[in-house]
Amino acid sequence: MNKLIEVEQVSFAYEPGMNVLNQLSIAFAPGVTAVLGENGAGKTTLMKLLKGLLKPTAGRIKIGGRDTRQYSAAEIARHVGMIFQNPDEQIFKSSVLDEVMFGPLQIGQSPAEAKERALAALAALDLSDVEKENPYDLSYAARKRIGIASILAMNPEAIIFDEPTIAQDQQGLRRIGQIMSELKAEGKTVIAILHDMEFAARYCERIVLLARGGVIADGPPALVFANDDWLRQAGVKAPGLVRLGQALQLSQTTVTVEQFSQAFRTEKLRAD
Amino acid sequence: MIRMQQFTYRYSEMARPALEGINLVIEPGECIGLLGSNGAGKTTLCYAIMGLIPHFFQGDLTGEVRVNNQPVAKMDLAAMSRQVGMVLQNAANQLSGTKMTVEEEIAFGLENFAIAQEEMRERVDWALEILGIAGIRKRNPYQLSGGQLQRVAIASVLVLKPQILLLDEPTSQLDPKGTEEVYQVLRQLRKEGITILLAEHKVEMLAQCCTRLIVLNEGKIMADASPHAVLGHPSLPDWGVEAPVFTQAYQAVVQPHHGEKVPITLRETIERLNQYEQAYRG
Repeated sequence: MNKLIEVEQVSFAYEPGMNVLNQLSIAFAPGVTAVLGENGAGKTTLMKLLKGLLKPTAGRIKIGGRDTRQYSAAEIARHVGMIFQNPDEQIFKSSVLDEVMFGPLQIGQSPAEAKERALAALAALDLSDVEKENPYDLSYAARKRIGIASILAMNPEAIIFDEPTIAQDQQGLRRIGQIMSELKAEGKTVIAILHDMEFAARYCERIVLLARGGVIADGPPALVFANDDWLRQAGVKAPGLVRLGQALQLSQTTVTVEQFSQAFRTEKLRAD
Repeated sequence: MIRMQQFTYRYSEMARPALEGINLVIEPGECIGLLGSNGAGKTTLCYAIMGLIPHFFQGDLTGEVRVNNQPVAKMDLAAMSRQVGMVLQNAANQLSGTKMTVEEEIAFGLENFAIAQEEMRERVDWALEILGIAGIRKRNPYQLSGGQLQRVAIASVLVLKPQILLLDEPTSQLDPKGTEEVYQVLRQLRKEGITILLAEHKVEMLAQCCTRLIVLNEGKIMADASPHAVLGHPSLPDWGVEAPVFTQAYQAVVQPHHGEKVPITLRETIERLNQYEQAYRG
C-alpha cells in the first residue's frame, strides 16, 4: 500500500537532552489508525511533527516521498490537516461558515469552491442549521465538530484527529466515527489520537501503542488489545468487550458487540 | 435535600424551554448520574440547583427549586456556594483569572470564605493530594494540559467541602487512568455523605458509581430510577443514550425479555453469562 507519511528514526526534544520521541519510525497509509498511549507518551508531539508544526531534532519525515523540510507550511496544509484537541485554539472567526471557509481560502481555493466545500463539510457534521451563528455561542461539543469541518473542507490527503471524542454524546460519537469511515472509503489517511478505547476498537483498523517516545505495538485491534503486556506498558486498558471475553475465556479477541455475541455462541453455546 | 417542583426554564434567547416540568427530590447522600445527549438540559439542571439560574442567567422561570428547604431564587449566590459546589464543564471557565499558581487558585474560594490560614493550608494540601496534583502545585494554571486543568477545577470546588456537589462532565478531558482516579475520589466523597449529581456521557462509569440515574431528553425527565432499570430500558437509545457495552453484549447473546434485570457492569456480566452458559448446558 502507498505510504503517504513516513517517519524515519525521528527524535524530538522540546529542551536539549530531554527527548520526547526517541528514534521513532512508523509509516501511515490510507485507512484509519488509532494512536494510543498515556498523557505524556508523545502522541501530540508526533502529530505536530507530521503536520510540520515542529521539526525533528534528528531523523526525517517524508510526505509523498519528500522530506517535510522542503515544504512550506501552506504546502503541508494541502496534504495534511490537523484537528486540534481544543477547538478554541483553532477557531477565531465570528461565524461558523466563515470559520470553515477560512482554511480552503488560505490554500488557494476560489471563494465559490471554498463555500461549496464548507457547506458540504458542515452538512456532514450536522452543523448546517448553525452556519450563521458565532462558534462561541455554541456548545464545546459543537465547536469540536466545527474544528473537524474546517479541516475536511480543505480536502487534505491525511487528516489527524487529536482526541475527537471529547465531550461528544452518542450521536456525536457516531457522526465522527462515520466520517472517519467515509474518509477511509475515499482513500484518505486518517490518524486519530484517542483515549476512548471502545471508539478505537469500533472504528479503527490499526492500533499503534506509544510509550516513552517510541512505538510499543502496531497492528489490528484484535491483536494489539489481546496483549496485556503491551497494554500495560502503554498505560492503556483494553476495551470492555476484550476484558469480558478474556474473563469468560473466549479464545478469540472480539472488539464489537456482534463479534462478541457470535464468538460466545460458537464457543460456549455449541452442542458438544 | 434538593427539591424541584414543576420547574420550567427558558433562556431568554432560546425558542423552547431548556427544562420543562421538572419534578425531582434528591435526598442527602445520594449519588445521581444525569444522562442525555448534548442539549438535553443536564447543565441547565445543575445551574438551577446552583442558583446561577435565576441569579446569573436571564430567562423565564416557573416552578421552584429548594435546597435544604430554602428557595434558591431567594438566596444569594454567596450563601448558596457554601452549600452547593459546581464543577463546570469547561475547566478553564472555573479559574479565578487572578492566581499565578495552582495552589493559590485552589485556595481562592477559601480566601473568600475567610477561612483561617492554617485550615486553608490543610484543606489545600488535602485537595491536591486527593486529586493527585500535588506535583504541579507551583505551576501556572494557564500552562496546564486539559486533564490537569480539569483536576484543578475539581480541587478548587472540593476544597470548599460543599454538602452538595454538582459535576458537569468532570472527566471529559481525562484519559481512562485520570477518569478512574476522579471516580475514586467521588466514591470516597460518597462515603463521606456528600450528595453528588453527576452529568456524564461515560455510562460505564455511572453504572459503577451511582445509586440512581436520571435521563433527560429535550428538557424533560424520561426516566428516574435505579441504574439497572434505566440502563436496561428498551427506550434508552431513543433518548440519545447507549447502554454500557457489557449490557449490550449480554443483550445480544441472551435477548432478555422485557423487564428482565440486565447486568450493567463487567463483573455482573461475567457472572450472568457464566450462569447462562451453565443453564444452557444443564
